[in-house]
Amino acid sequence: MKKMTSGRLSKRLSKAVFALIVCALCCVFLAPFAVMVSTSFKTNSDAFTIPVKLLPRKFVFENYQVAQSVIPYWSYMKNTVFITVLSVIGEVLVTPMVAYSLAKIKWKGSQVISVLLMGVMMIPYTVTMIPLYRLYSALHLTNTYVPLILPAFFGKPFYIIITRQFFNGLPNSLMEAARIDGANEFQRYSRIALPLCKPILTTVAIYAFIDAWSDYLAPMIYINKQQMLTLSLGLQQYMNEYTVRWTELMAAATMFVLPVVVFFIIFQRNFVQGIATSGLKA
Amino acid sequence: MQTRRLRQSSRDNINGFLFALPWILGFLIFSVYPLIASLYYSFTEFNAVTTPVWVGLDNFRQIFKDPLVLKSLKNTLFMVLVSTPVNLLIALLLASVVVRNFKGRGLVRTIFFLPSVIPMVAATMVWIWMFNPTYGFINSFLEMLGINGPSWLINPRWTKWALLLMGTWNTGTTMLICMAALQDVPTSYYESAEIDGANALKSFVYITIPSIAHVLVFQMILNMIKSFQYFQQVYVIINASAGNGTSVASGGPANSILMYPLYLFQNAFVYLKMGKASAMAWLLFIVVSLMSLLTTKLSRRATENAGVE
Repeated sequence: MKKMTSGRLSKRLSKAVFALIVCALCCVFLAPFAVMVSTSFKTNSDAFTIPVKLLPRKFVFENYQVAQSVIPYWSYMKNTVFITVLSVIGEVLVTPMVAYSLAKIKWKGSQVISVLLMGVMMIPYTVTMIPLYRLYSALHLTNTYVPLILPAFFGKPFYIIITRQFFNGLPNSLMEAARIDGANEFQRYSRIALPLCKPILTTVAIYAFIDAWSDYLAPMIYINKQQMLTLSLGLQQYMNEYTVRWTELMAAATMFVLPVVVFFIIFQRNFVQGIATSGLKA
Repeated sequence: MQTRRLRQSSRDNINGFLFALPWILGFLIFSVYPLIASLYYSFTEFNAVTTPVWVGLDNFRQIFKDPLVLKSLKNTLFMVLVSTPVNLLIALLLASVVVRNFKGRGLVRTIFFLPSVIPMVAATMVWIWMFNPTYGFINSFLEMLGINGPSWLINPRWTKWALLLMGTWNTGTTMLICMAALQDVPTSYYESAEIDGANALKSFVYITIPSIAHVLVFQMILNMIKSFQYFQQVYVIINASAGNGTSVASGGPANSILMYPLYLFQNAFVYLKMGKASAMAWLLFIVVSLMSLLTTKLSRRATENAGVE
């Protein structure tokens, strides 16, 4: 009897310790968010006062106002949205087509392409960037959004792989029935397969949105006209040779990050599934 | 009948090809062409606008003589050999937390994963601010504990540890994959271990780790490949401390965060030595390819083993 209560006690104790550890870990992972948001509401002198307080001594909102005028925030936003929307359209259009070909059509190339998809994911960006830069400059396409958007219309391996996985799970009998009814391949794809793959297309769209929204390298290489920059590059303009405008930068960063956080929280199930089913997002 | 089936299969071949055509074209334009061109460029010299001139092995000779290449390689190897294993370990620990059944588990998982979707530039800037030796959050927190924090991104002895710390915030993807693997470990293993009197640590070391070893190895190599390409974060850090683009050709304090891909990038777009940069890129490509081959081999063996069981 005594032993049982002590056992129960130690169980309760270990539960408490576990809860404590989990809480501490959560605090650690949330800390950068807290710092970002809280700094965005601080006055500049508050941010540079010792001791550093996590909460602002005085809440101010003007950083958000000033942040929008230090850099052409809304025109960068417009550029970013434009690039993001077109990239998402491209990926959503092309990904299911290629995935359908690999999963639902029996043809000679599908095996080879499946292997190549994995291979392409391993090619470092730094290897392809110089020839592609030369190619785009020869075509006079630098300082346009073509180099940033065009790749989306040719399908990214990771998206194709997770969509193929999804198609593999669809029963062939549906397509077979349509075939007997005389539907051709394109009709089978557009009328049967495509409507069924809405969940995975949502996943692809979310990934494509976040990838395009966060893209840093491509705009850095291809865009150097000030008014054409994207937000990810624009953030750097809060830093000049002498100072970094931290409070305004954090306000701008908060605004930049917010859509991503919101989308992630709404669609996190799709996210987690995408990674878990592929098991390889590098 | 025979001809009809034949016709069907050739129609399938045409349809399959047509449906996959966008990707095939993209593969040729964005992968095959640049790979071949970059190999050719690595034996030439040119800046952004001139036509490449054949120089033979000159670029490679330059690379092996350049002390900064060696330095950048050392820095990169830190990320590959120190930062990556540490991050994997942390991902595994986080996974073993969220795989357990407790109230609020979904929320905790969201919190652990959320940093991984935050745009890299924004995340890096927040970390730069937190690493500020005087006004940053980290050192003020350490001070509360009575620890005199280092000057992180300023002191060359600490810069790489700062990068490591920053990287731990970003282990969500690996965590999810580890979690999926942990869920597949049969609970009966743990039950029998408990009967045998194994404690939590013992069952973790003797059951959990061996059961998901193939996933861990796979993730380790994948993340090492990623670490070989680590440079956007350091690019942002260097820009932030150098001011807006005034001296992007820096490697941080005492070149301590000059990563190999960053130096490659600087060679290409700052010094305009595109031939040398291409040669550096191909050396990187060879290393990464070898590691990828290793991963596919390992994953094939793992699936074969699983099949035998």
